[in-house]
Amino acid sequence: MGILVNKCIGCGRCVSGCKKENSVPKDPFFFRTWVERYIITTDGSVIVYSPNGGIDGFDELTEKYSLLRSFFIPKLCNHCSNPPCVQVCPVGATFSTKDGVVLVDKDYCIGCRYCIQACPYGARFLNPETKTADKCTFCYHRLAKGMLPACVEVCPTKARVFGQIGLRSSPLTRFLRFNAIQVLKPDLNTGPRVFYANLDGVVN
Amino acid sequence: MLEQLERNLSQIVGYIYPNEIELHWGILIVVYPYITGLVAGAFILASLERVFNVKEIMPTYRLSLLTALSFLLIAPLPLLLHLGHPERFYEIMITPHLESAMAMFGFVYIWYLMMVLILEIWFEYRQDLVVLAREGSGLKKYFYYLLTLGSLDLSEKSLRFDKKAVGFITILGIPSAFILHGYVGFLFGSIKANPWWSSVLMPIVFLFSAIVSGIALMVLVYGISTLLRGKSINMPCMDKLATYLLNALIIDLSLETLDFIHRVYESVESIHIMGQMISQKLFISLIVVQLMLGTLLPIVLIVVTKTFSVPAELRRLVYFMAAIFVQIGIFSTRWNVVIGGQLFSKSLRGLTNYKMELLGVEGLLISIGLLVLPVIILIVMIKILPPWKEHIGAAS
Ligand code: SF4
Ligand code: SF4
Repeated sequence: MGILVNKCIGCGRCVSGCKKENSVPKDPFFFRTWVERYIITTDGSVIVYSPNGGIDGFDELTEKYSLLRSFFIPKLCNHCSNPPCVQVCPVGATFSTKDGVVLVDKDYCIGCRYCIQACPYGARFLNPETKTADKCTFCYHRLAKGMLPACVEVCPTKARVFGQIGLRSSPLTRFLRFNAIQVLKPDLNTGPRVFYANLDGVVN
Repeated sequence: MLEQLERNLSQIVGYIYPNEIELHWGILIVVYPYITGLVAGAFILASLERVFNVKEIMPTYRLSLLTALSFLLIAPLPLLLHLGHPERFYEIMITPHLESAMAMFGFVYIWYLMMVLILEIWFEYRQDLVVLAREGSGLKKYFYYLLTLGSLDLSEKSLRFDKKAVGFITILGIPSAFILHGYVGFLFGSIKANPWWSSVLMPIVFLFSAIVSGIALMVLVYGISTLLRGKSINMPCMDKLATYLLNALIIDLSLETLDFIHRVYESVESIHIMGQMISQKLFISLIVVQLMLGTLLPIVLIVVTKTFSVPAELRRLVYFMAAIFVQIGIFSTRWNVVIGGQLFSKSLRGLTNYKMELLGVEGLLISIGLLVLPVIILIVMIKILPPWKEHIGAAS
């Protein structure tokens, strides 16, 4: 997936779309995707927040901060190509598919939560209903039918771009070709497959 | 649970990822490394006596083995209780994912339990078992016969073999005990996503704190059991234990200090949030309890008693106190690792909160239960397999 940071307006539709599509518990503690607001003030300090995962959008920015710049960052599981969550799962319930999606088998997961500890991005949670680890699947059930992930489909500004890596005709290839690309926490060598265009260096 | 999270929401400082409000590993996962540490420590102490032939601590040898076994039997329980799906636990053994450190738990555990502890205890006790079986009556007789597994030969040759077997297992056992607890350290140390845990020193620090806790435990177990039996405490033994405890404490403290200096000196990105966490969330448990009460105070106490010729009565009391402080300190050490590692956000921008439940599976009461259980098992075990040599000496 590609994310055009400049296009995200922080409306939170992706968050609510994802919760509906994937029956993610409504409570503000469980998210497969969420949106963060970054505020950088003139004295260089960084303020981040994400009330209820940004599901209801964000307030108008007030004069409270002496603002230098501000932007929104949508987040989700990075479907890492070197995923620490897969590495640590003691029973192999978390696994990478051939097409590069990281999934959890909820009929197999023993709920030890080691993968939640191992994910550097806070992408995982323990589903209170199934008592198993849960996270973004890129809407694998939709992909199988040739559809786009729900968050990509509902984004009003097309800030999220989806496609197969390496496929010439895929929108993602175009996105990767025409933008300066960054990933989150590259130093951890997780090999994220969610790519950000115009990502600010302070984001982590 | 949701109300709990609700309450946590208001306690957050700075920014944490929205999924991080729930703390995933609670008090049960604090109890787990605490227990395995006691097991490894008690066993290593027993091995010292065997391998290096330290005569003074002879009275604690069998007791240490039984203590290690009692705690080891309970060690998997906190893990099991904490799982979302405890009924699927066996999957770890049947379909282990070999890249996962946690998947090794089952194997390390079984190896240590069956191949090391039980085997060593059996060979060590075989002679006693035969004698007990011969002297016993009724059901008791058969019970002990059963335990001998039919090997009743008490000839010089076979006793020599027992001794050799114990020696061999001990040599195998030391690295196994290292693996048992060093491995638990690795479980945490290998999580690169977590700067509080991720450290190559972690298994080694775990190991030495295990030795510290095991020796301190044996001071208490030996002292209390002897007093309860109305016997007098063997002071050379106590003095030796205290010396070992002191040495282990000093090594442990040096390692922790090294780790600390290393972190501060390297001063990577995470140092700010760690500093904030220590001063705001862990001050009591880390600085006051772990460092001052659990490490420095016992060191001072033992050093003072060793330097001035303190009468035996008082020395004994001081050792007891030191041992109790050490236990409290080591428990906080585990707490600070496990809970501390989850109090800051992986965004390194904020802190969250842990409120321990009282009731409930992951609560305080269950945890206390899990720590009392091994003591009960130990008492039963001592009844079945009396560790005191005098008993069998009189009989045979
Ligand atoms: S972002 Fe986290 S959950 Fe997703 S693949 Fe990477 S480590 Fe696993
Ligand atoms: S919680 Fe489930 S998916 Fe995660 S590591 Fe444990 S068994 Fe694997």
